[in-house]
Amino acid sequence: MIEILPDKCDFCGCCVGVCPEDAIELKEANIKIIEELCTNCNKCVWSCPIEVLKFNRNGVKVENK
Amino acid sequence: MKNQYDIIVVGAGPSGSMAARFAAEKGVSVLMLEKDRDVGYPVRCGEAVSEAGITEFIEIDKRWISTEINNFSFIAPDKSEVILPLPDRGYILERKIFDYALAESAAKAGAEIQTRAYVYDLIFDGNNVSGVKVEIGGEQKEIKAKIVIAADGVESRVGRWGGLKTYTDFREMESGVQVTASNIPVNQNTIYFYFGEKVAPEGYLWVFPKGNNLANIGLGVSGMIGKKKSALVYLNEFMEEHYPDAPILTRVAGGIPCTVTLDRIVTDGLMLVGDAARQINPLSGGGIASGMIGGSIAGKVAGEAIKKNDLSYIYQYEKDWNNRLGKRHKTFDNIKNGIFHFSDDKFNSIAKSILKVPIEKRTLGNIFKIALFNNPSLLLDVAKVFFQK
Repeated sequence: MIEILPDKCDFCGCCVGVCPEDAIELKEANIKIIEELCTNCNKCVWSCPIEVLKFNRNGVKVENK
Repeated sequence: MKNQYDIIVVGAGPSGSMAARFAAEKGVSVLMLEKDRDVGYPVRCGEAVSEAGITEFIEIDKRWISTEINNFSFIAPDKSEVILPLPDRGYILERKIFDYALAESAAKAGAEIQTRAYVYDLIFDGNNVSGVKVEIGGEQKEIKAKIVIAADGVESRVGRWGGLKTYTDFREMESGVQVTASNIPVNQNTIYFYFGEKVAPEGYLWVFPKGNNLANIGLGVSGMIGKKKSALVYLNEFMEEHYPDAPILTRVAGGIPCTVTLDRIVTDGLMLVGDAARQINPLSGGGIASGMIGGSIAGKVAGEAIKKNDLSYIYQYEKDWNNRLGKRHKTFDNIKNGIFHFSDDKFNSIAKSILKVPIEKRTLGNIFKIALFNNPSLLLDVAKVFFQK
């Protein structure tokens, strides 16, 4: 499961730009993963310039603000 | 604000503002929507442009110029530095003010502007895009338009909703991070580029002076690199080594789609411009000037389509863009792919060869010769840049 650490996020949209599934929603200073669309491909995690997205093997998800 | 416009532009960056302005100049009704509170903020950009790239659209105004740039410095992995005089004058902008000025020019041409307006979906009439669903101050509403122009940046989703493939392969997305730091004592008329495995593999690091020893220092690395080590870690290491005590005034992240323009940037009732269309120079990662060109062409064509009462005319934009810059970007992309895989040894040997040339003879042509001597397979691509119309 892909997890976003919203307190670290800069809301730059790099992850949205590489997501093949349109599974990330960014609205000014608010970001969330649309879980029904996410395939856990990890491309957003690799592309995040500041390590805000993590792939969490334990399936723990940090709640978005 | 009305419930219906001829053209709605989503996003008020440079390409959105140019689209809105050039459309409005055709005498049609235009509404430009910006999701953030302010036009021009936050700035996610190194802010470098060439003079030729912007004077087509706006007269140079000191209010949005930080510094004038005359030299280009290339720093090889072994730290040898090559200084080149720039063929054209360049500027480091104050994007906040620059973007404002561009939006103002759209307003002057007759476009309406609404900030804090988040477009969350499109409306359709059959298969045609016929407007947007937008949230303004917490209130959701539908606004109709004959043509929607999506200038919603690297994070564009409007194109996807219209059925266009807009995401960028993660290997071609440069993950960028930049600080604006003070106490950076570099020449204020020189832009610096660092290359190499250690500093910014499959990308480069830039130092762009903003006057009074303030500078934008940033880098981009491809997603392939980010898989192992993030852009942020690379930047922190660089700052630690070069400017450990420099106060950081701002830090921003951003994605730079260093790739060719999307295959399709038009569909019925919808046009994409700027970063949303991937109208970036894939070699430099610069997108201000090319985005403005894309926006202006789209605005003109959209305005004409309304005037002609022939909405199928908007497909002309795709052709006009490809002839103006799209084809050239394909060649730049090939050159980029060559350079990004240069080894440190190759960068070092190129620097060494250039340093043998006296500075007054270091023209771009000579540099290319040297770079090509080191990597002949690039010759074909470079030849294309110079010989194509």
